[in-house]
Amino acid sequence: MIKKSAAEMAAALSAGEVTSVELTQAHLDQIAKVDSDVHAFLHVDNDGAIAQARAVDEKRKSGERVSPLAGVPLALKDVLVQKGIPTTCGSKMLEGWRPPYDSTVVTRLKENGIVILGKTNMDEFAMGSSTENSAYGPTHNPWDLSRIPGGSGGGSSAALAAFEAPLAIGTDTGGSIRQPAAVTGTVGVKPTYGGVSRYGLVAFSSSLDQAGPCARTVLDAAYLHEAIGGYDRMDSTSINEPVPAVVAAAKDGNIKGMKIGVIKELQGDGYQPGVLKLFNQSLEILASLGAEIVEVSCKYFDYALAAYYLIAPSECSSNLARFDAMRYGIRVGEGSAEEVMNATRQVGFGREVKRRIILGTYALSSGYYDAYYGSAQKVRTLISRDFDNAFGKADVLVSPTAPTTAFKIGEKANDPIAMYLNDIATIPTNLAGIGGMSVPSGLAEEDGLPAGFQIMAPAMKDDRMYKVGAALEAALLTKWGKPILDNVPALGAK
Amino acid sequence: MALSYDDVIAKYEPVLGLEVHVELGTESKMFCGCNTVFGAAPNTQTCPVCLGLPGSLPVVNAKAIEYTIAIGLALNCSIAPYSRFARKNYFYPDMPKNFQTSQYDEPICVNGYLDVTIETDEGPKEFRIEIERVHMEEDTGKSLHMGGATGRIHGADYSLLDYNRAGIPLVEIVTKVVTGTGKYAPEVARAYVSELRDILRGLGVSDVKMEQGSLRCDANVSLRLIGADKLGTRSETKNVNSLRSVERAVRGEMIRHAELLNKSERVIQETRHFHEDTGLTTPGRSKEQAEDYRYFPEPDLVPVAPTNELIEKIRASLPEKPSVRRKKLQEAWQVPDKEMAAMINADVLDLVEETVKLGADPTRARSWWLGEIARIANEKAVAASELSINSKDVAEIVALIVQGELTDKLARQVVEGVINGEGRPAEIIEKRGIKVVSDDSALMAAIEKAIAAQPDVAEKVRGGHVPAAGALIGAVMKETKGQADAAKVRELLLKHLGQG
Repeated sequence: MIKKSAAEMAAALSAGEVTSVELTQAHLDQIAKVDSDVHAFLHVDNDGAIAQARAVDEKRKSGERVSPLAGVPLALKDVLVQKGIPTTCGSKMLEGWRPPYDSTVVTRLKENGIVILGKTNMDEFAMGSSTENSAYGPTHNPWDLSRIPGGSGGGSSAALAAFEAPLAIGTDTGGSIRQPAAVTGTVGVKPTYGGVSRYGLVAFSSSLDQAGPCARTVLDAAYLHEAIGGYDRMDSTSINEPVPAVVAAAKDGNIKGMKIGVIKELQGDGYQPGVLKLFNQSLEILASLGAEIVEVSCKYFDYALAAYYLIAPSECSSNLARFDAMRYGIRVGEGSAEEVMNATRQVGFGREVKRRIILGTYALSSGYYDAYYGSAQKVRTLISRDFDNAFGKADVLVSPTAPTTAFKIGEKANDPIAMYLNDIATIPTNLAGIGGMSVPSGLAEEDGLPAGFQIMAPAMKDDRMYKVGAALEAALLTKWGKPILDNVPALGAK
Repeated sequence: MALSYDDVIAKYEPVLGLEVHVELGTESKMFCGCNTVFGAAPNTQTCPVCLGLPGSLPVVNAKAIEYTIAIGLALNCSIAPYSRFARKNYFYPDMPKNFQTSQYDEPICVNGYLDVTIETDEGPKEFRIEIERVHMEEDTGKSLHMGGATGRIHGADYSLLDYNRAGIPLVEIVTKVVTGTGKYAPEVARAYVSELRDILRGLGVSDVKMEQGSLRCDANVSLRLIGADKLGTRSETKNVNSLRSVERAVRGEMIRHAELLNKSERVIQETRHFHEDTGLTTPGRSKEQAEDYRYFPEPDLVPVAPTNELIEKIRASLPEKPSVRRKKLQEAWQVPDKEMAAMINADVLDLVEETVKLGADPTRARSWWLGEIARIANEKAVAASELSINSKDVAEIVALIVQGELTDKLARQVVEGVINGEGRPAEIIEKRGIKVVSDDSALMAAIEKAIAAQPDVAEKVRGGHVPAAGALIGAVMKETKGQADAAKVRELLLKHLGQG
């Protein structure tokens, strides 16, 4: 049962073939069996999950209407607060903190009867592309335990690939949903900025952060997207419009006549040949399904990474200022408030977080603001214009999600630039605030590891990505004869 | 030897800059739904948002925006069609996020003015104070430094933090540089804050209580030689908690600066704390190395873009200006200019108005507030409004006088009792046994006693020397412990001695 899709599980629940308690327990058992290898979870809420499952079962039994995903378990990235459940953001700083409130995403999951199994591992405060920056140790890629599962949301993607959960929530500031999806052979969606409430999402970079669904199929992601999406008055940047009809789009999957734009700048140098080969194969498939493939150019994308590494650190330097030992989290040292703040921040934050705080503090300093933060904002506008122009020629834009397959744990730990380059294809969508999706494109010939195909759509046209994603997924399933994740080696055998 | 104020103004020209912070009287905070009532138990009016808990996000209070637009319009400002919030980054324990959400280079209201009138040697004169900007921000929490001698952070054993105030909407009103006031700088500063306070009160956007901190004034003062173009170095005086203090602080700083400049010493650009008791300032945080607040646009909020429709709706609902209101009162009360100015200066106009509303005649209401009560306030070096006597008490006392239940002299005792905190007028009259002796037979007994004690004086009066009666009246008043109506005593006495 745990290898089924969330939609299949939901159908089985609704048909009475299985109860949510049984389904939840099966996943808790899988976590107990494999998570010592994978380390996808920072906290498993055994009792809470069973209690939620029981409540859904009772509701269903009493004949009450339940939502489509009611009773299906889910793994929650540890950057979203859940009342009473430890939330660390992968940082020492928040060790032991139990938030007194639910994030809007969690509220909606609960309203939908989705069972929250626990909190997943991540790069500290979502800063990283490998989950190696977690203060609680790295997560291992279920495809090869010596490799990274992507980041920052490596815990969520690994949990999916290891069948510890059929659904997960991630957050994506520069690719943290999509790149982990790509390197674990799963599906990840960064919705349009403002499409899913950020209330209760511990901010890394407010203008870029976006929570979204992670799943093993495009349809599952769509169901989850509709469950968590939509306007929230607690988030001023939330868009007051209905959620795009993504489930209908995923079920439709008809791309005949759609124009698909290939971004010239997001391929070539720096991309692994096997990854590019899979990308081109996917394009051929889409063309064979009736889509028209066009090439588009987004010349300012060359500056995207630089702009991102000014904007995100600038915002994070301010967002992370609140971690000062005065009100919650750890407290280190004694003496004056200032001394305690200093000592706590020294111990509480890891290297990458400190690096970005320092970078951002510098970029916002008077005298440097215009040159750094100001210029970066201009680049951001230019990138948005690039997208606007490109969307004038195509309904969706596509690229490989990440330039390479999963690298080895430790391989890039001391080379931040090499690490940052992993997000080169995903960052532009965050800067422009539009949606992006990663679906598996296959296994790269040189290492047998999964690669991702990225689909981008204009703001609030998220349904287009689901249509294309579903079409590609269906065609590849036919081609392979089985889901890509059937190739994941057995775990927890020992 | 301290320099005299006259010496200062003979040589220097003062330049002012006034920053007024106003706590808006909205029911909820600037960015969350928490209550804003003053004086609640510590940390009971907080939520994840105003505590800055991880993940929480701000949502702008629409009422606060409307109030700020109203303030801007009342101060003749332009309302920006598009303005943004910005983060002001600095670390302080009473600031939950370690940044204050404020407005920086895109404030909501800009370029206004406020005209104020003060009494000068040449009669009333109007000064135009130009307003640079009016912007919105959130208040910080409050630190209570425990232990140590000063109540300041230095030397404290530990500090307690109360976040009830954190996130209360604040509006900051900043003037442009104010020049040309000459020796009247202190009075102009005071008149500006006073006029601003009246406007804000009239708008109903704040309770503008300086003592409770809902209206706070920072006074920037600098001096330059008369005729010089270049501005001198300024000091910024905080903790100025009354109108009177505004005037004293400006005057005090002018003298302090002049003393330094006369000695060819440098004025340090710094924040100074005003001390109500001494009227002097002491240095606070030095601003020599300007703190870098790393302002940037608040990414968690969308820009404020009020529609023209909203702005015009607010403009149409603005109340009359305080100056118009004052004119109306003056006409209704038939008060000469000088008296009107005296009431404004003593800051009792509102109190008189309230007292009149409660039934007192304007002349009596005015003379009590401006006379006895103002005298006591002056003695105690506080504002009349800070005394424990209120307009209801005064209205009650005036009514008793009109009814003949109190004489002016007895009424003064009652006023004194109320101010001393002995209770409300009725209680004091009861407790002290204050009563007008109007019983003729009791008075006659006292009169006869007085005549018997001073037969020679009585003889003089009988002989037609009426002024001599004073001594006898005095004796009667003494006998009746001042509770007799002196006029009545006089009438009875003269009649008794054949002079009535």
